[in-house]
Amino acid sequence: MTNPKGRFGVHGGQYIPETLMNAVIELEEAYDHYKNDPEFNRELNELFCEYAGRPSRLYFAEKMTKDLGGAKIYLKREDLNHTGSHKINNVLGQALLAKKMGKTRLIAETGAGQHGVATATAAALMDMECVVFMGEEDTVRQALNVYRMRLLGATVVPVKTGTATLKDAVSEAMREWTSRIADTHYCLGSVMGPHPFPTIVRDFQAVISQEIKAQLMEREGKLPDAVIACVGGGSNSMGSFYHFIENKDVRLIGCEAAGRGIDTFETAATVNTGKVGIFHGMKSYFCQDQYGQIAPVYSISAGLDYPGVGPEHAWLHDIGRAEYVPVTDEEAVCAFEYLSRMEGIIPAIESAHAVSHAMKLAPTMKPEQIIVITISGRGDKDCAAIARYRGEDIHE
Amino acid sequence: MSKIASAFDHGKAFIPFITCGDPDLATTEQAVLAAVENGADLIELGIPFSDPTAEGPVIQEANLRALTLNGGVTTDEIFELVRRLRRKVEIPLVFMTYANVVFSYGAERFISTCRDVEIDGLILPDIPYEEKEEFQPLCSKYGVDLISFIAPTSENRIGRIAREAEGFLYVVSSLGVTGVRSEIRTDIAAMARLVRQNTDIPFAVGFGISTPEQARDMSRAADGVIVGSAIIRILEEHGKDAPEYVGAYVKKMKEAIL
Repeated sequence: MTNPKGRFGVHGGQYIPETLMNAVIELEEAYDHYKNDPEFNRELNELFCEYAGRPSRLYFAEKMTKDLGGAKIYLKREDLNHTGSHKINNVLGQALLAKKMGKTRLIAETGAGQHGVATATAAALMDMECVVFMGEEDTVRQALNVYRMRLLGATVVPVKTGTATLKDAVSEAMREWTSRIADTHYCLGSVMGPHPFPTIVRDFQAVISQEIKAQLMEREGKLPDAVIACVGGGSNSMGSFYHFIENKDVRLIGCEAAGRGIDTFETAATVNTGKVGIFHGMKSYFCQDQYGQIAPVYSISAGLDYPGVGPEHAWLHDIGRAEYVPVTDEEAVCAFEYLSRMEGIIPAIESAHAVSHAMKLAPTMKPEQIIVITISGRGDKDCAAIARYRGEDIHE
Repeated sequence: MSKIASAFDHGKAFIPFITCGDPDLATTEQAVLAAVENGADLIELGIPFSDPTAEGPVIQEANLRALTLNGGVTTDEIFELVRRLRRKVEIPLVFMTYANVVFSYGAERFISTCRDVEIDGLILPDIPYEEKEEFQPLCSKYGVDLISFIAPTSENRIGRIAREAEGFLYVVSSLGVTGVRSEIRTDIAAMARLVRQNTDIPFAVGFGISTPEQARDMSRAADGVIVGSAIIRILEEHGKDAPEYVGAYVKKMKEAIL
């Protein structure tokens, strides 16, 4: 589905400084080699199974199903992975690839801290140096994850420029990469940025949909009617959708962070409110003003607080294969609380956006229909912020 | 041949970079005029972008000031500034900005307006050789040179890039983003030889150059020297009073490379 220049329809591409071009070409060549290398795949599979705890469970949420009174709901439990989110899938793949390429240092951006923690973890495991760029505002919102990264041996650099959130962390990581390329791999955390990142990250995350398919076939003997996942840059959703793209009867639904609503300026719902642009190495949809200045986006979820979306999502939207729906802060917080009480599962606030949409959709569907929601991460990191949202001040 | 070549007709070219609208467009106008009077051969006018990923802290801050002070400048206001400048300024002028500024304006509308206001070239650090097709056909149609970059990491790419380059070649002196550096270690002379084997168009070195000594060093191998952050620092320090200091600095730098 990717043409040679990394295009998804009109989206994708390699809009980066000349300084980085040979680095991404080297990465593409290495990836093209290792993705078909049995030894690489054996090592990665072993890391997935023995270290990350794959396959993750596909859990039938029986109470939730009864309570909502419609479609059967399954939860794909990426929150049960080592480090507590889907991010580890991509990071183990990229760290192993970087190691094979002779790199000794990983740099990464992080929003909520999940990708940073995963990268710091892989760096510790593989004896690599690690530097994580994190928006200063996010270091406050996600102080616990900052500590986890430091504990794992990573250096966390608070980024003060711009809105001091995820987009600025990406910009700063890109700047760092242009200044130190020879020994450094930029371990990008989502299906975004210049080619080949959207493809590499998607391939490493595609294990999610591969497992869902096999697990559901075993449990139910059929495919789901809908797969629902949250979308920031879009890696857990791309991973959840990928092997279902060919199954046209499976609805693919991405849930964007609407923040305080898509009719306000305090939103991060890129597909719903943005337009096509060129930024962070890719052509895709971006929240921006009429002169192309990138908009300061907002969401309660640091992990979805990004003004763009991966180019393959932009393309799935253009061709009508996937739907992208906005979910507000309030709806996500309600879903966060709902899943905690209903199933005893505290989802990441990012994943709660997907849960919220499923709560709306399930009652409109028939009992023999099936929804799979990807729970991309665990919600421990969000408890303090959600408590604050509800007017309660707790100390972590 | 494009008008840009004429910038390299008077010895080695000195090319200052100025972010439009920092701190306001009237100051930009005066700073450009002062630079021209004091020997600038070509001027890079920066159209500010919210997220300038190729810039170091000094130019990042300039972009932010230009987009926020007094309500912020817009692309349309900058085109008007160039119209005014063109009544007095004859040397080549090029825009330096990011792809999204051009794309979101409508590439054809942007590039045809460049021709109308007599902008001679376009420098877009996030458009490498592989993505030139995004704007090259329109640039050719309207006679605006799309400037190509060569970096210390370009190696095997230099020939291909140089052969298709137009206007001048922008040679990045060192790894990393824009900003003042105390030392430049790249072997510019070696890069120059590779460029020369592949093209006759002039090439200018930028990134990290601030002192007359550095400029003189670089100009030994290059046809021109580009200075950004050092000039932005003058604007940052002196604000509306900066134009005369910019003029004095340009004079000193141009003399150093003659």
